[in-house]
Amino acid sequence: MMKPNRPVGLVGYGVYVPRYRIAAKEIARVWTDGQGGVPVDSKSVPGPDEDTITMSIEAARSALARAQVPAERLGAVWIGSESHPYSVKPSGTVVAEALGASPWVSAADWEFACKAGSEALTAGMAMVGSGMADYVLAVGADTAQGRPGDALEYTASAGAAALLIGPAEQALATIEATVSYVTDTPDFYRRADRPYPMHGNRFTGEPAYFHTIESAARRLLGDLDRTPGDFTYAVFHQPNAKFPQVVAKRLGFSDAQIAPGLLSPQIGNTYSGAALAGLCATLDVASPGDTIFVTSYGSGAGSDAYALTVTDAILERRARAPLTAAYLARAEFVDYAIYVKWRGKLVMG
Amino acid sequence: MRDNIVTSVYIIGAGATPVAEHYGRSLADLASEAVRAAFAQVPDLDAGRVGAVYVANALGESMASQSQLGSYLAAAVGLAGIPALRIEAAGASGGAALHQAAQAVASGSCDVAVVLGAEKVTDRLDGALEAALALATDAEAEGIHGITLTAQWALLMRRYMYEHGYAAEVFAPFPVNAHANAAKNPQALYRFGISADKYRKAGQIASPLNMLDCSSVADGAAALIIASERLARELSGPLVRLAGTAIGSDIPALGARPDPLDLAASRASAHVALARAHLGLGDVQVLELSDPHGITAVLALESIGFYERGAAPRHAADGAIAPAGRTPLATAGGYKARGDIAGASGVYQVVELVRQLKGVAGPTQVPGARVALAQCLGGVGVTAATSVLVAESL
Repeated sequence: MMKPNRPVGLVGYGVYVPRYRIAAKEIARVWTDGQGGVPVDSKSVPGPDEDTITMSIEAARSALARAQVPAERLGAVWIGSESHPYSVKPSGTVVAEALGASPWVSAADWEFACKAGSEALTAGMAMVGSGMADYVLAVGADTAQGRPGDALEYTASAGAAALLIGPAEQALATIEATVSYVTDTPDFYRRADRPYPMHGNRFTGEPAYFHTIESAARRLLGDLDRTPGDFTYAVFHQPNAKFPQVVAKRLGFSDAQIAPGLLSPQIGNTYSGAALAGLCATLDVASPGDTIFVTSYGSGAGSDAYALTVTDAILERRARAPLTAAYLARAEFVDYAIYVKWRGKLVMG
Repeated sequence: MRDNIVTSVYIIGAGATPVAEHYGRSLADLASEAVRAAFAQVPDLDAGRVGAVYVANALGESMASQSQLGSYLAAAVGLAGIPALRIEAAGASGGAALHQAAQAVASGSCDVAVVLGAEKVTDRLDGALEAALALATDAEAEGIHGITLTAQWALLMRRYMYEHGYAAEVFAPFPVNAHANAAKNPQALYRFGISADKYRKAGQIASPLNMLDCSSVADGAAALIIASERLARELSGPLVRLAGTAIGSDIPALGARPDPLDLAASRASAHVALARAHLGLGDVQVLELSDPHGITAVLALESIGFYERGAAPRHAADGAIAPAGRTPLATAGGYKARGDIAGASGVYQVVELVRQLKGVAGPTQVPGARVALAQCLGGVGVTAATSVLVAESL
């Protein structure tokens, strides 16, 4: 496991989920005449003027509000996504400027499929833990695209989670250690010039998601000499409703432990935001002294596992920004026609 | 036509890999495991006595980017140098390869032959598999219009239901029986039971075929060692004689057949194989048929003559296809639950029947089974290859 030289933690956190939703059954109505099951109930849909940058800014503002840290003190603004608006021009430059963190700041983009945000988190732990900066903002955000009629269209959604990393003594949740596990596993990938990813259907399950998460999680538990029962809560990457529940059970975590952080049934897979938004939703309800075990997953493939402990500071800071539940409750359903119009899936010329 | 037979033919070794999504294993890896398992049954047999290798494979070019599978897999399993050919007849490849190997041994051209069925389909995505399977249709009359094998069986099922006044659920006993048997087979792809109620509620794949009435193609390899009588009698233990094999063919395009619900190749190959074995339908005690869908097994059972036309579903509902029934079928799980291994399925069929005839089939053993029949179909019975096996006491 990896631990920084000086203890670090989360001094703030924030989440953003677009208000729009599409029901999975509505997608099924169009593609399968309503036959067969659906992997989630609904997914979030970004509005016509929303993207990874806009969502990151709102989530980051909530994180800063909770932390009460001035943006100028941020050493880095790092956005992890697989839907950065530009291939060349980091989302971080726009977010940093919008927050007031520029110009004395680091701002490159991060990519590792659905774990781009946790990559930024780990690097942020290192930057603060080494003393190079006091505060780093790590954001996981995506407006994921699914090929029309493909299985992933039911779950590819939009959302952002921002984590403000700082010294442990200022944290609302300290981060004890982390483990990263990476292999060359082509379960899901997208070439630069393509709008939609390729995925290996059933290959994305056992050899990819399950093997990778279980490897990272078991290693961190082993290194910390702890069992699943030692943790109050657990959060896993959630590409659909079923996978996180199955992996939790296999590792020995209960349904109750993962319940607060399980958002995919309602908002789908927010990709780089998924595990981190689950962590934010868990922080929304956690009490001082609670422990949280988080494992992200990114196709390609890799997992980052973390062990956090909630501090007293959570009580005062939680209410300074909207809770995840507020974003979930703010739902406006659209039909498939509006959805394809907004998601740019219509051939316009 | 007279066969030039100098010896009876025996199956002296049989082995197979589990059927699964073997992502991390190559065609060569799977083939090696199956051949090793077969040779493990005859530890005293010197591999140098193998005179020929017959590979059964339907999808090698399209799914594994490999042609010349005869020589390729012979080398992979340590048998390079001897004649090695790949036999392809879509889903009938396994039985057809066994037929060719049997003829080679029976004619005296070699003492021992290896039949190796192998498929690796999980290196490519689903669309490629569906397209590869559809190559078994009539390309100019059917394939070019986008039909798949599943759709063809669905059309026949719809017609069959209409002619005999059946609802789709009359086919439920076939997957239910297959899954019940596979639940006891550690090598099966799906090892859980299903109920008729689940069948009724399953989503449509190609109406009226639902998800629980369609097999899944996966990876695997199965091998048989066949030998002359003289060599077989050097061994101890019960013997399994390959009493008769036959291949039949039919007009490929369903629309050009006089009666699409009659699988003429299935009937012809079964009757010739039984005749060569000097046996009749009533002698058969355990069967393996191509059963990716209930309708496939039904049409084969009726075309061959085990049941009157239109009657097979009723008999199945009465337990006729269970291990204790009149025509025990899919004792290892069939295509639906043991798994569909495309061109290798016909070899898996015979591996199971050898176990039945040796009395080592475990929980799904048909008591006292001495005569078995395996038939595999290429496409909708465009090719049919039948093998009749007989147990011989010491």
